Amino acid sequence: MIHEKSIAEIVAARGTGDLSAAEVTAHFQRRIEQFAGGLNSLITRCDEAARHQAGSIGSDAPGALAGIPIVHKDIFCTKGVKTSCGSRMLDNFIAPYDATAVEKLAAAGTVMLGKANMDEFAMGSSNENSFYGPVKNPWNTAYVPGGSSGGSAAAVAAGLAPAATGTDTGGSIRQPAALCGVTGIKPTYGRVSRYGMIAFASSLDQGGCFARSAEDCAAVLGAMAGFDPRDSTSVNREVPDYSAALTGDIKGLKIGLPAEYFAAGLQPASRAVIDKAIAELEALGAEIVEIGLPHTDLAVSTYYVVAPAEASSNLARFDGVRYGYRCDNPVNLEDLYTRSRGEGFGKEVQRRIMIGAYVLSAGYYDAYYLKAQKTRRLIARDFGQAFEQVDLIAAPVTQAPAFKLGEMGDDPVSMYLNDVYTLPASLAGIPGMSVPAGFVDGLPVGLQLLAPWFEEARLLNAGHAFQQVTDWHRQRPEGFE
Amino acid sequence: MSLTADDVRNVARLARLGADDARIAEYAGELSNILDVVAALEKADTDGVLPMSHPLDLTARLRADEALPVTERDLFQSIAPATADGVYLVPKVIE
Repeated sequence: MIHEKSIAEIVAARGTGDLSAAEVTAHFQRRIEQFAGGLNSLITRCDEAARHQAGSIGSDAPGALAGIPIVHKDIFCTKGVKTSCGSRMLDNFIAPYDATAVEKLAAAGTVMLGKANMDEFAMGSSNENSFYGPVKNPWNTAYVPGGSSGGSAAAVAAGLAPAATGTDTGGSIRQPAALCGVTGIKPTYGRVSRYGMIAFASSLDQGGCFARSAEDCAAVLGAMAGFDPRDSTSVNREVPDYSAALTGDIKGLKIGLPAEYFAAGLQPASRAVIDKAIAELEALGAEIVEIGLPHTDLAVSTYYVVAPAEASSNLARFDGVRYGYRCDNPVNLEDLYTRSRGEGFGKEVQRRIMIGAYVLSAGYYDAYYLKAQKTRRLIARDFGQAFEQVDLIAAPVTQAPAFKLGEMGDDPVSMYLNDVYTLPASLAGIPGMSVPAGFVDGLPVGLQLLAPWFEEARLLNAGHAFQQVTDWHRQRPEGFE
Repeated sequence: MSLTADDVRNVARLARLGADDARIAEYAGELSNILDVVAALEKADTDGVLPMSHPLDLTARLRADEALPVTERDLFQSIAPATADGVYLVPKVIE
């Protein structure tokens, strides 16, 4: 079956003429037809354009990913295709240009099958905040897929595409990858261009990808990453050949276990899965050492000041004037702004905008925003010090597997507290990855690997080594075989 | 930290978010709960710590100061709620 093949296998089969790009795309389109509606994983399908594009890719097409179908998170602008960001505000927005990541992946030969559902403006950890309704977890459709890139993770888990793009501001790639049992990588801040990636929190947002294996992620990330003069925070630094770095050898690699990530809160059954995964890494020759990241307990409070502050500023652009939602019959300019925004944004987005406006407002800036910028440095420093002792960090991604749809109610705080293991790496800007590591009651558990700034290759190789001796990443949810 | 309905009205005004009284009351509770979580920052010792505004401590990169042609106005305006003769239309600001 084509959806069980790796990206390299599909590319090779196309090169020899055993498979055509048109057949590959048609296969995944049939699966989308069969499954995407039930999972609510896609907001937009690009059936005609994909068929047309795949038909033009011959066996001698040059791109590294020629003929590989892909799904883009609906946060990435796609020229001529609706780009909603999961919001009513952009329900009518047809992007006039492509995001750099989309452009680069298209240049590598990928075929865009559609746009993935997501939490509105990437704000959420369950995908329940989408204007288009929640995404369902393919492992159990009564459960959330995680968020905010939940549609992307669910699509790869269900075999609707070999790969999908995502973005991670506080865990939005790693957490849904963990909850859906797929491999997901958030590279170092600045590695993938943010141009055309709708901004949530500009000092945190980072694009990345989902696929079934570290090997597939290496191929996709390699095509997405790189310097972009159109993004002022893009880093001008050579992108190594990630695929070539996959030796599968991690002998002598020093891996740190942060005590703070294994403290109370981590559910025993999830912990047992993570402990077993760490034992596998040790058996592969890695040296396991205990480390401390003492400011971890400040991550949630730091993040929920910094991210909303930046969001309130970024989302000020949605004013009902140049594009996006406009309320009916505004009586004056003030009414146009307040009703367009009040009606166009969902509740969680409005809460975060208001928290942001509050912490930036006169009299509160020093106590909240400036203070959070200082605690952010303490958290980043923890990682800097840890990476003087170890090459990689291993930890859980979440405290527990996926929760039920609706289980958290409308209480934002209980949801925020769940992000504790993913927020610190985002605040520090280091790369992180989730690798499928096992199951608890039929629901996937992810192992989180973190590396120093710009060491994605090390991260991918460790994930690859793990996947050479385990087959958790090869499992498919029942009904999606 | 507990926000009153008036505090929320003020923040909603700053953020240009329209909300009726019932929503304002809900937000007051929800935002207060969020600020309670954030309050943990107060206890952190940050004496002598420089604020971190960016993960890579980058300086802004500047491009050459050259005028670029304005292009694609028609394309950009094709997705606007209301335009006429190349300008965006909003309700009358000055009576």
